[in-house]
Order: sequence, then C-alpha cells, then structure tokens
Amino acid sequence: MSGRPGRGAGPVTASELLSVVAARELAGRRTVFAGIGLPTLAVELAALTVAPGIEVVYESGVCGAHPSRLPETIADAVLITGAEAVVSMPALFGSVLQGGHIDVGFLGAAQIDRWGSLNTSVIGEWERPAVRLPGSGGAVEVMANAREVFVVMRRHTPRSFAAALDFCTTPGPDRALADGIRPLGVGVTRVVTELGVLARDGIGDELRLVAVHPGVTVAQVLAATGWELRTAGRVATTEPPTPAELRLLREDVDPDRVYLR
Amino acid sequence: MERTTDAGGAAGDKVVSLREAVARHVRDGDTVSLEGFTHLIPTAAGHEIIRQGRRGLTVVRMTADIVVDQMLAAGCVARLVSSFVGNSSAGSLGELRRRIERADPEPLEFEEYSHYGMVCRYVAGAQRLPFHPLRSYGGSDLPSVNPGIRKVTSPYPGPDGRPEQIYVVPPVNPDVTIVHAQRADRRGNTQIWGLTGVQAEAVYAADRAVVVVEELVADEVVRADPNRTLIPAHAVDAVVVCPRGAHPSFAQGYYDRDNAFYRSWSAISADPARLRAWLEEWVYGTADHAEYVAKRGEEFWARLAVGEALSGSVDYGRRL
Repeated sequence: MSGRPGRGAGPVTASELLSVVAARELAGRRTVFAGIGLPTLAVELAALTVAPGIEVVYESGVCGAHPSRLPETIADAVLITGAEAVVSMPALFGSVLQGGHIDVGFLGAAQIDRWGSLNTSVIGEWERPAVRLPGSGGAVEVMANAREVFVVMRRHTPRSFAAALDFCTTPGPDRALADGIRPLGVGVTRVVTELGVLARDGIGDELRLVAVHPGVTVAQVLAATGWELRTAGRVATTEPPTPAELRLLREDVDPDRVYLR
Repeated sequence: MERTTDAGGAAGDKVVSLREAVARHVRDGDTVSLEGFTHLIPTAAGHEIIRQGRRGLTVVRMTADIVVDQMLAAGCVARLVSSFVGNSSAGSLGELRRRIERADPEPLEFEEYSHYGMVCRYVAGAQRLPFHPLRSYGGSDLPSVNPGIRKVTSPYPGPDGRPEQIYVVPPVNPDVTIVHAQRADRRGNTQIWGLTGVQAEAVYAADRAVVVVEELVADEVVRADPNRTLIPAHAVDAVVVCPRGAHPSFAQGYYDRDNAFYRSWSAISADPARLRAWLEEWVYGTADHAEYVAKRGEEFWARLAVGEALSGSVDYGRRL
C-alpha cells in the first residue's frame, strides 16, 4: 500500500460523502441490486458497517459476489471467481428480479422527476435527440420489481431534477398504476445527491427534501430543483462521514481509488 | 450402447474458419444477433463482418457497445435493436451518437427495449412463441416509440380476481446468431462458464448459429462435464476456433478484460477520422483475427493474462 494522495486524513470528497450517506441507508437490507461506481462503494461499505451479510446481485448475473479486488465493471472477472452463484440473464431478470428477491435496487439517471421516474434515454426528442444516452439497461426492471429503489445522482441541477422528463425510460409506480400495471415495489425511496438527500415514502408520494449536506442550505437545494420541492417538517443536516467510515472506504473498500475520484 | 461421435472428417464436423463462417452465414440485409453480456463478446466475428463488407444488417444485441460502434462506422448496419447503447461504464459510442443524434453520415433505425424485454424476445424466439409477457414498461415512454412493446389483457384473472393487464414483447428470430464461448467440440457442443448471459436463448432463436471458441476440445472433455454444455451441437451450424476473439472483452479463465481499451474508445470514436484510421489499422489492415492478435504483440497479451482458479469437480457417477 503506497501512500497515495487522497488517502489518510484528507478532506472528504463528494464521492466519499455520497458513498457514506448511501451506505447508511442500507441498514437492515438483505439483497441489493447494484451497478458499478458509487453504489459499489456504498454496498461494500454497508457490508462492513450497517448491513453485515448483505448480498449484492449484479446485472451481469452474479449473486453473492466476493471480489478479491474492487470490480471495475458489473462484469469484472473478479466478481465471478469465488462468487456464490452466477445465473443466466433469463434467471436473473425473470426469477431473481421479477420474482421479487431484491430489497433495494440502485439506479442512476440523467433526469429524475418528483415521482421518482427516470430518464436514461435521451436529452431532447427521442427521434432526433440532442444527446443519445445509453437507455434502460435493466433499470425498467429494477424499478418495476425491486422492493424499493435508491438513486444516486452526483449533479443536482434544475435540468437533472426536472419538472418534466424529456423522456420517461423508467417509470415510477405511480405512472405504472396510471397505465393499468401493478408494480411490485414502491419505487424510489431515497435520492442521494451532491447537495442532500430526498426521500419518498411510497406510492402517491412526492420526493421531499429530508437532509442537506454540511455547508448546504435548504434554499440552495430548492433553487437547484426544477420543480417546487417540498421539504420534510424539519430538514436535517447530514452527519459527516466518521473517521471510521472514511478509513474503511479509503483503506479497505477502494484503496486504489477506482471510484473515489 | 457406447456410440462413437467420431471427430475429424466425419459427418457432423462443423469446424470452419471465421472467414468461411461469415461468408456462408451472414448475408447482406440479414438480422444478426451478436450476444455475450459484457463477457465473451464476439468481437472477432464483428471484425470479419466488417472485412467482408456486409451491408444493411439489422443488429440485435442487448448491450450495443464497442463492436457495434465499429460495425456502424464500417457501414454494415441499417438497424439496431438494443437495450443499452453505451461503452460499458467507460464513456460514449461516438459513431452511434453521430448516427442517432445527427443522422451523420446516415440515419440509423433504432428499436429501443429494456434488458428484460430483449431477454423475453430471445426466449419467445427460441421457443417459437407469439409473444412473451413481462412486468415492465407500465407508464414508460418506450412503448410510444417502439410499437413492438404492446399491452394486453391476461386471459386469467389477476391476484385480486379482476382482469390483469400486462405488456408483451414480440419474439426475435435472427437469421443468424453469433456467440463467443470458451470451448466446443468439433460438432458444436459448446461449453460456457462464468457469465452465461443470454447466449443459449439467442442461438436457439436463430435460423443459423455460429459459435466462435477460444479452444476446440475432444469429445471426451465435453462429455466429462455435460452440465457445462449450454449450447448442444444440434443448435449449431458452424464452429470457429479463434483464440482471443472476444478482446477487448474477456473470456473467464483465458484472459482478462482490456479496460484500458474500453476507456480509450470514447476518444477514438469521438473523431470520425480517428475511428476510420483505427478500422484501417486493426480491421481492414489485418487479414484475420490471428493477424490482429499477432499485431498486438505478446507483451500486450501478457498484460491481460489471468491466473488459475480451478473449479472443484463433481462426481457424475456411473452404473456398476
């Protein structure tokens, strides 16, 4: 372990703060469907703190991964060697996800609306977009079938927290019900951003601001949100990462700073 | 009852070169499925399709990534059916974005699904079903841009006893499916381990199937572990031996993923001239994949080498 810059007692970065906040939210959860990046850090940190025994399921089909190194992609070979199970795509999406075995699904998006619906397809018109984004991947399935969904979005701007999505790739359960489809889960319950934490209890609820990060004001978050964001009765201030959380994150979870940029 | 499945030269030997396999099985205007979910991506086959100048293809692939961007840049593809059009988590696909955002140099027809939508299309295709239901798409804008995604009323009452609505997707039956795998015997019994994705369903959905493998093995090797055969020979039309044919993706137990190449693709593909030069050097400029491998050099492959992690073995038993 060489003394890389950023390790040890340096200031808390946005990635570290987001990972720690997301990890704390995983207390008591058993199965998590996670992508790569901050969700990986959050789940690994949760496993060492608030959620020992948590099982990570990756979109590539890996269940109960025990990687020897931090994976660089959802299909990193280190996820497979030593994993508890590797299943096919029909089994992963059909039986694991649609079968109702996932407590929390992690998703990201270019845009989110007040109901927790997500856009990962296009900025602009779908037919001739200003920006073509990757699309759903398995996000539509995660939202429809996970018991609840956590969203991690670094950037909190009126464009990304949009009054109206340019395109709804991944609908929250309220939109699904309006379309006559009964969803399995309650949709987005937590959104962690660079500014704070938004929460939503379940079907019929809007996202509300429940916490701001240290140094961030409520007014700042409201101004950065494209709709009239409601606030919880009392907006908390995020408890900064503890020295123990930071040490685990920097020395055990991501010592090579693959994601802790 | 011991029957020999006589290899070399006997009926049922399907081993051909990649050039022959593509020449015989991939035709202009075909619907071509290339599968491999981030693992075992049939890149070498994509490159051979480029070399042979196929045109007007409909490419079906869940995760349309670098090999699709290359086929787009080479002018092979008229239509893309996919559920994820990005360079893994490593950046953008420059050619794909130019085609979709600016119709540059020409438009690309795009059919957008979600991952499970694609999986269900392959399952329905493999099983010759008219459609496949799934609990996705309720409230999504995807059905409004993709008429293939339709809502029906279930013929059975829902859990509450009332009529239940559900979305369905149509089967996909590619003219040809090409997958990459670790090993096969000469007749095409194909063994895959690690991430197994949707390769078996994609093969069964197709009219013709080409399996490209790292290694050709004797019948006894396959028959010592029949559960590992994900694709039986009866579904396979051609077997191609092409070591390192999945680069820059990986082959579990053979070589690692070339993450540096994934990261470099955003910059290469952002500039059409640079992308063209890349194709000239690495695809048009190599006669076949063996030449591509040699051109990369031994040091390059040494960096992607993996150590050993053997599976335990199981006892299939035999009647005494």
